[in-house]
Amino acid sequence: MSLLSVDNLQVSFTTRNGTHQAVKGVSFTVEPKQITAIIGESGSGKSVSCYAMLGLIPMPPGKIDGGTAIFDGKDLLSLSEQELRAIRGRDIAMIFQDPMTCLNPYMTIGDQLIEPLLIHKNMNISAAKARAIELLEEVGIRSPASTFNSYPHEFSGGMRQRVMIAMALINEPKLLIADEPTTALDVTIQAQILKLIADLQKKHDIGVLFISHDLAVVADIADQIVVMEQGEVVERGEPETLFRTPSHPYTRKLLDAIPSGQRVSGQIAPDPLIRAHNVRTWFYPDGTDEPVKAVDGVSLDIHRGEVLGLVGESGSGKSTLGRSLLRLAPITEGEVMFDGTDVTGLKGSTLKTFRRRMQMIFQDPFASLNPRMTVYDTLAEPLLLHAICDRKSLDHHIAKLMDDVGLARGFIRKYPHEFSGGQRQRIAIGRALATKPEFIVADEPVSALDVTIQAQILELLQALGREYGLTMLFVSHDMAVIRHIADRIVVMYHGKLVEEGTAQEIFETPKQGYTQSLLASIPGTALGR
Amino acid sequence: MSVSQPTNESTAVLADAEQGSSLWHDAWIRLSKNRMAVSGGIVLIFMVVVALLTPWIAPYDYEVQNLDLGAQPPSLQHWLGTDVFGRDLLTQIMYGGRISLAVGFIATAVALSIGVTWGAIAGYVGGRVDAVMMRLVDILYALPFMIFIVLLMVVFGRNVLLLFLAIGAVEWLTMARIMRSQVQSLRQQEFVEAAISLGLSPAAIIRRHVVPNALGPIIVYTTLTIPSVMLLEAFLSFLGLGIQPPQTSWGLLISYGAETMEEYPWLLIFPGLALTITLFSLNFLGDGLRDALDVRGSKD
Repeated sequence: MSLLSVDNLQVSFTTRNGTHQAVKGVSFTVEPKQITAIIGESGSGKSVSCYAMLGLIPMPPGKIDGGTAIFDGKDLLSLSEQELRAIRGRDIAMIFQDPMTCLNPYMTIGDQLIEPLLIHKNMNISAAKARAIELLEEVGIRSPASTFNSYPHEFSGGMRQRVMIAMALINEPKLLIADEPTTALDVTIQAQILKLIADLQKKHDIGVLFISHDLAVVADIADQIVVMEQGEVVERGEPETLFRTPSHPYTRKLLDAIPSGQRVSGQIAPDPLIRAHNVRTWFYPDGTDEPVKAVDGVSLDIHRGEVLGLVGESGSGKSTLGRSLLRLAPITEGEVMFDGTDVTGLKGSTLKTFRRRMQMIFQDPFASLNPRMTVYDTLAEPLLLHAICDRKSLDHHIAKLMDDVGLARGFIRKYPHEFSGGQRQRIAIGRALATKPEFIVADEPVSALDVTIQAQILELLQALGREYGLTMLFVSHDMAVIRHIADRIVVMYHGKLVEEGTAQEIFETPKQGYTQSLLASIPGTALGR
Repeated sequence: MSVSQPTNESTAVLADAEQGSSLWHDAWIRLSKNRMAVSGGIVLIFMVVVALLTPWIAPYDYEVQNLDLGAQPPSLQHWLGTDVFGRDLLTQIMYGGRISLAVGFIATAVALSIGVTWGAIAGYVGGRVDAVMMRLVDILYALPFMIFIVLLMVVFGRNVLLLFLAIGAVEWLTMARIMRSQVQSLRQQEFVEAAISLGLSPAAIIRRHVVPNALGPIIVYTTLTIPSVMLLEAFLSFLGLGIQPPQTSWGLLISYGAETMEEYPWLLIFPGLALTITLFSLNFLGDGLRDALDVRGSKD
């Protein structure tokens, strides 16, 4: 018998713009002692389905229009809020994407851990504490006894996710729902957490429902995969058959969108456009004399026409390095030669001329566009500022930019919030290209995007790179993306470059231990990449 | 001939694209669809027009007393009645509106321009400049503002224009604080960084990217400031520091009306009504403006 059996679930949301059917008759089952993964892009209804059956969506505007969700012989959809509450956290536990927002910052880890034991099991405090410490040890926390009295902010993201898992397991649930549990984590940490979830699932014999947008992540651990698109299940099956012979076009699209293969290098001139020498960018946080050495003595060359991939995990200083090269972060020491001129000391109008020649594309297209400027104004600003065209030919130039980045001209009067993430990133790319720059720093430009959109944007960047003859520093934590786009790769760790080489050298014969562990953490070996 | 060609072509390319600042253009369109805001705006315009034309259209002379008449309830001759000295109340309210509206708008405009500029610079530049600028604000906050205004009056003599400036000079402090905290959070945003990387000057970044995004709370606070400034004027006038009879203002009329409200209630009701209608209109217009400028909240 299935542990959870969802049949024809329908959920809709009513807003002032009308009723939107988020889930249109979804059916799937979770078997005991198995990991079932639901895959889909944002808006596919994958999270809504799971949240709705646990009564965790706001109603109204949400409404369950029909269906059943049989768990343990009971239909979750017909239970009262009180009965559901007894099941949530005891028989069904959840872990979420962002462990920081799910932990109360004013309570110690231990107090939060034993709370469900005290509530659901009526244990006394010392027994609960012993059980909590035992679990913390099991999820791989090194000194569980001292961890018990620590606060959430004292831990890294990976450790917090371990605590969340311990918290989810403490009542010995039958079903664990994991909603994008590794999306916010670095790739090496992600690999550890995935392994932990798979191990614990076997050890405790629980069923796991794993929600993710990333096929590669679930490829290695799932027993069953359910693919969702626009509120419907389009395909389901075991990973091997699903990956080898995908039957639905959307599944194929998802698989194709996973960046793979290696870039065929174009013409790279021998002279460097950018030559950074011993760059240090140190920050002094308020009230301290101890500097944060975000970038600590980095030297690198970027040749004309080259795409240099900069890889590192969060906190490695890779973004700060990119910003330092563009004079967006204050350089403490060292020099950055741009086409033979040291740009570190430039000011005023000389700096402005160099700003025209180097641009940046940001990670979050929701934050990098002024919400109160239309696409037209956003694109017009750099064109007029650098007198690239006069007012008469402005419309013409903007239309050309819109065509270049693949946006319909009819969108010109819209505001950023009216666009999807991918479209916004196209606007941001258009803005960066407006000044006809020679050098672009792309800081994780596809990390915030769905996988199919990610593939489109990468393709666009490559095509535009050729057309505009761009030199690019491509910053990313995602090795697969880097491999797809970069000619040469540098690896950054704790503010320093630890390895440098062509894409082939880095991927096939990594020398440093850190690079090797990064490569080993790439998810999706089951995909045979 | 060939010079004009790209222009023709490009107008065809982007036919529906507007030139110039489309945020304000769009805001105007959205505002004109908001019925409450439009009626608020019309009422305010009506008030201002009446205030401007008062010397020519007022039914009676505001200085002439007619003690025989005494306080009379509304009648056909005196639509809103007369005060204890037999002066026409409608005329008084019209003349009072000139002072009250002028105080409200001019003093708030002074406060708005100083406060927004001051706060934006302090918040955007940060560091030592911010510290010095905001300590100055703190010092002015700590200074009892009555003493400040009395001092001004003593030094420069009593003058209506000076009264406006003095009130404005006190009211900008809070505005500067609100603006500063808005700017501090906005300057961390990536679109500001993008603007820096485009090569925009700090002044242009503040004007084009920071201020438009900080306007919401500023507009709300402005609509709150105008009435409080009007009441402040009444208070100062009551103390003999502001307007002196026979000149009058709504604030003064209300405070006199309050003294005699048991015998002659209309002396309180009508000036109070004038002030209330103005404040309601201001609030509707302010809310409408805030919504109109928030492109994300548009209901289309």
